[in-house]
Amino acid sequence: MSAETDSIVQFDNVGLRYGTDREVLSDISFTLYPGSFYFLTGASGAGKTSMLKLLYLAQRPSRGMIRMFGHDVITLPRSRLPAFRRRIGTVFQDFRLVPHLSAFDNVALPLRISGMSEGEIRKPVTDMLNWVGLEHRSHARPETLSGGEQQRVAIARAVIARPEILVADEPTGNVDPEMALKLLRLFEALNRLGTTVVVATHDVHLLRKVPDSLIMRLDKGRLSDPTGALRYPPRREAAAP
Amino acid sequence: MSSPSFLHRRSGGKLGGSARILPQARLAGPMPWVIAIMIALTVIAAAAGLALSNLADNARSEISGGLTVQIVEGAPADRDRQAETAVAMLSNRDDVDEVRRVPDAELAALLEPWLGEAAGADEDNAIPTPALIDVRLKGAVTPERLAGIARALEAGVPSARVDAQASWLGPVFEAISSLQYLAIGLVVLLAATSAAAVWLAARSALGSNREVIEVIHHLGGSDGQIAGIFQRSIGMDALTGGLAGLAMGLAAVLLLGQQFSGLGSGLVAGGGLEVTDWAMIAAIPLIGTVLAIVTARLTVTSALKGML
Repeated sequence: MSAETDSIVQFDNVGLRYGTDREVLSDISFTLYPGSFYFLTGASGAGKTSMLKLLYLAQRPSRGMIRMFGHDVITLPRSRLPAFRRRIGTVFQDFRLVPHLSAFDNVALPLRISGMSEGEIRKPVTDMLNWVGLEHRSHARPETLSGGEQQRVAIARAVIARPEILVADEPTGNVDPEMALKLLRLFEALNRLGTTVVVATHDVHLLRKVPDSLIMRLDKGRLSDPTGALRYPPRREAAAP
Repeated sequence: MSSPSFLHRRSGGKLGGSARILPQARLAGPMPWVIAIMIALTVIAAAAGLALSNLADNARSEISGGLTVQIVEGAPADRDRQAETAVAMLSNRDDVDEVRRVPDAELAALLEPWLGEAAGADEDNAIPTPALIDVRLKGAVTPERLAGIARALEAGVPSARVDAQASWLGPVFEAISSLQYLAIGLVVLLAATSAAAVWLAARSALGSNREVIEVIHHLGGSDGQIAGIFQRSIGMDALTGGLAGLAMGLAAVLLLGQQFSGLGSGLVAGGGLEVTDWAMIAAIPLIGTVLAIVTARLTVTSALKGML
């Protein structure tokens, strides 16, 4: 089977510029297979957030080709993008919780968007809030939650619908080491079930916690891939759920 | 470490269930009242237009077969003789349905506002006025029929002048038609203004919820889901404002109706509203709500197209 049909994400010579400025991402090429776990690292301004925006379909590249789930997402009609986005879980660096909704309703948001009934939503959302240690805060609004609690709600919202790709921008930046490890284990559990995980982080200690992970290093908008492992990664079989 | 239970189930189901995705994006405070005022004005304009239409229709049907024969003769005896001859001649015609000479007392009462009591004075002091004969033809008055009657009267009633009632009421009908067009124009303008107000409100609600909408978008919410939330909210506001506007408009229409009925004029009395007219007026808030919902949907979906 070819990489094009087998991969979940494929970037080929992707470049991105905002307006007429210089490119913030240049000649980005890599392939992600289902069940792979990546850390995206790089100095501030290296282009990590821009790369994640391309991955969670918030931005179209200025050039190059991006295929996701077997489709060219650059030429994909705008009306089909929501269905693709529902297959991607996103943890935003600034959380982006909906301020008027409780922690429960924020976590339930992707399920409601996907059309699940209220009866189906209650148990998984409650389980998820238990898992991130926020069962006692389920009715709290984001403004009353600490930074760490907001981050956990954001992560719970990103993984609740069991996405095929999880994109997380500094997901452990505001939590203590114990909670950071617990959240990482959650990402690993998702990954074992076949979810492709991409975590952007500054935390070098985090990289060592997931031995099978690959590291994507961005430097001034270019992807460091001296061995070609990012473009042609070793294939992994996803574990059965 | 075991996986949490929620990871063993799959999300699924059809797209929908967006009722609680966004806050109820109620239109900014005064907007339901703006809609209420617009609907009230629309109700008044529509009621006026419908009443004028009824008035014109009733008057037209009443006078379409009517003609007036005037006997313009200064000598009272000769005038009476010619009037009697005319009544007799007209009564014998097959195409005439009804002939009535307007009694002198009634004629004097009609002219009194202009001529004073002299119109009804005794023969020596009276201002000479023509004798009037009100004629109803079977069917509408045409120029040919009018000319035929004038020719028939020519020999025996030399002082007769024959006029179709519709011809001298023509300018009145033209004025009524103009007022009807004005009412239609007002209804259209008010509908356009209401749509513009909803457009502005929807844009404002979109602006104030922009960050939330972006999040919904990134989580896979479709334009239709987001537009649906705004539609529901704006639709509720439009319906609430519309019903309030209907109440205000109906109060004004009923009050005006009472004022006009007090005039006791035959022409104005023909301008009452029928059951179908009231049904049309009652439908205005519903039409307004549909217009608001469609405007909101178009506004929101068009604004969302600016997002990827």
